[in-house]
Amino acid sequence: MRHSVAHNLDIPMINTASSNKQSEQPQSQTSTPCIAVRDLNFYYGDTQALFDISLDIEAGLVTALIGPSGCGKSTFLRTINRMNDLIAGTRHEGEIVVSGHEIYGKKTDLVSLRKKVGMVFQRSNPFPKSIFENVAYGPKIHGTKNKSRLAEIVEKSLLRADLWHEVKDRLGDSALALSGGQQQRLCIARALAVDPEILLMDEPASALDPRSTAKIENLIAELRGDYTIVIVTHNMQQAGRVSDKTAFFCDGKLVEYGDTEAIFTKPQQQQTEDYIRGRFG
Amino acid sequence: MNSAAKSKGEIAFHLLGIAAVSIALLALCALLIDIISSGYSKVSLDFITSYPSRRPANAGIAAALVGSLYLMLLTACFSLPLGVGAAVYLEEYATENKFSKLIELNIANLAGVPSIIYGILGLQLFVRYANLERSLLAGAFTMSLLILPIIIIASREAIRRVPDSIRQAAFALGATRWEMIRDQVIPAAFPGIMTGCILAFSRAIGETAPLITLGALTYIAFLPDGLLSPFGALPIQAFNWISRPQAAFHDNAAGAIIILLTVLLSMNIIAVVLRGRFQKKFAT
Ligand SMILES: Nc1ncnc2c1ncn2[C@@H]1O[C@H](COP(=O)(O)OP(=O)(O)OP(=O)(O)O)[C@@H](O)[C@H]1O
Ligand SMILES: [Mg+2]
Repeated sequence: MRHSVAHNLDIPMINTASSNKQSEQPQSQTSTPCIAVRDLNFYYGDTQALFDISLDIEAGLVTALIGPSGCGKSTFLRTINRMNDLIAGTRHEGEIVVSGHEIYGKKTDLVSLRKKVGMVFQRSNPFPKSIFENVAYGPKIHGTKNKSRLAEIVEKSLLRADLWHEVKDRLGDSALALSGGQQQRLCIARALAVDPEILLMDEPASALDPRSTAKIENLIAELRGDYTIVIVTHNMQQAGRVSDKTAFFCDGKLVEYGDTEAIFTKPQQQQTEDYIRGRFG
Repeated sequence: MNSAAKSKGEIAFHLLGIAAVSIALLALCALLIDIISSGYSKVSLDFITSYPSRRPANAGIAAALVGSLYLMLLTACFSLPLGVGAAVYLEEYATENKFSKLIELNIANLAGVPSIIYGILGLQLFVRYANLERSLLAGAFTMSLLILPIIIIASREAIRRVPDSIRQAAFALGATRWEMIRDQVIPAAFPGIMTGCILAFSRAIGETAPLITLGALTYIAFLPDGLLSPFGALPIQAFNWISRPQAAFHDNAAGAIIILLTVLLSMNIIAVVLRGRFQKKFAT
């Protein structure tokens, strides 16, 4: 009911692509979750940051990760596209299966994993290049050479990220000239341009003013259904507004996971309740 | 009282700064005035297009100027890819360990080695062992060795200033490490790399000692016609003229120095313009 936002299919390219995704393999889409995490332990050198995490993230829904600072939300998020691999001395135990593939398996191709699992960072980080080049970069490295095809993807991605009308006359300008909120939507457009299935967002609106935050939240509501979205947020109201499912982390452990409404109205764990009521964290 | 004392100190420091800058500028001005006053009458198209001669009035710098420019170009061709490549390796690929620390220390030391040592090394390595004779190629290799450390250090600085968030963004889109470096890090670091490199090239074009050691020619009546051709260079020509007894040759030397300074100045202007362009395009 909270998500009665109509997903009007006015952008054919991306929508067909994602609806194909769902219709092609109905058995996997309905029976298995999009991301399945089993007994995940994660270590930065000798310090363990995640303890025995197991959860299933469902396709097409928005899942919020909440919890006090330092509880491992970002760490968990970065295990899903293996961005933690870039940090020296990290290791993990357990498994993460993303649409049927164990992503830490020997055969995993990082390039195709990250093409499938896009990421938006806490601080917007556009490339110091033009708006167009920012969005076109992903498709380019994944093999789209054709100029008009690239232009098409850029337009659709910017439309999808609700930025097109603000920038369509200055696609050649530096992305750094955009406002903070616009830069963040540009980063979302950039992630969408490679046509991912999953979108990871680490506090995407925490550095933005209320209006820009509202735009990002609306955007998430619009992307819901076409993408599986996992979002880290410190803002309880935001988690309540945008997500279907909520996972509450504390000290590297998954304390509670369930429908957002249930978590917020009748949490099963005392810790969750304390946190949501603002009694700690 | 405290603030008065502080501002006194500030004024003193300010004056000290001005004094230091003026001394440097005055010395430079004196040098320039001296050179320009004795050399300006020499500078003409004839001077630039003539070959050396026993008669000071007929002597020119054609061979030396062209030799210097070729030397520069060749040096750039060798040292730029090597230096930037080494910097990229050290910053983006090498893991921090004892070995990389050792390399780092060595590069910093090499930048401080007197240029004549490079001349001796080049003489032994390129002129004798590699049998390149006293050729343009041997000169360019030696110059490349000389400025490699400077280029590596400047490029590393520039690469290090590229924020990590850019690298993360590229990786998160599925870029490989090489794609990330080629498409994001190097373009973002480009103005810094260029500035460092052009400064290094200006150093190379003014260097005399290693070329003397190598045996660059001072009396040369032809332009270099290939990589293995003997060559002259502007600073050597000036050095040679200044050591002649006839006073008229000294004016020739001043003329050659004016041309050399002009080349240097143009290179630095190019560096500044290049950097300005990049920064204007992508300023925040
Ligand atoms: N690069 C790193 N190296 C070592 N330890 C790290 C690193 N990044 C995070 N940690 C540690 O891992 C734990 C979890 O950190 P993480 O960043 O995942 O928390 P978080 O829930 O995202 O916090 P926040 O809400 O403040 O962003 C913390 O104790 C942190 O100190
Ligand atoms: Mg975090």
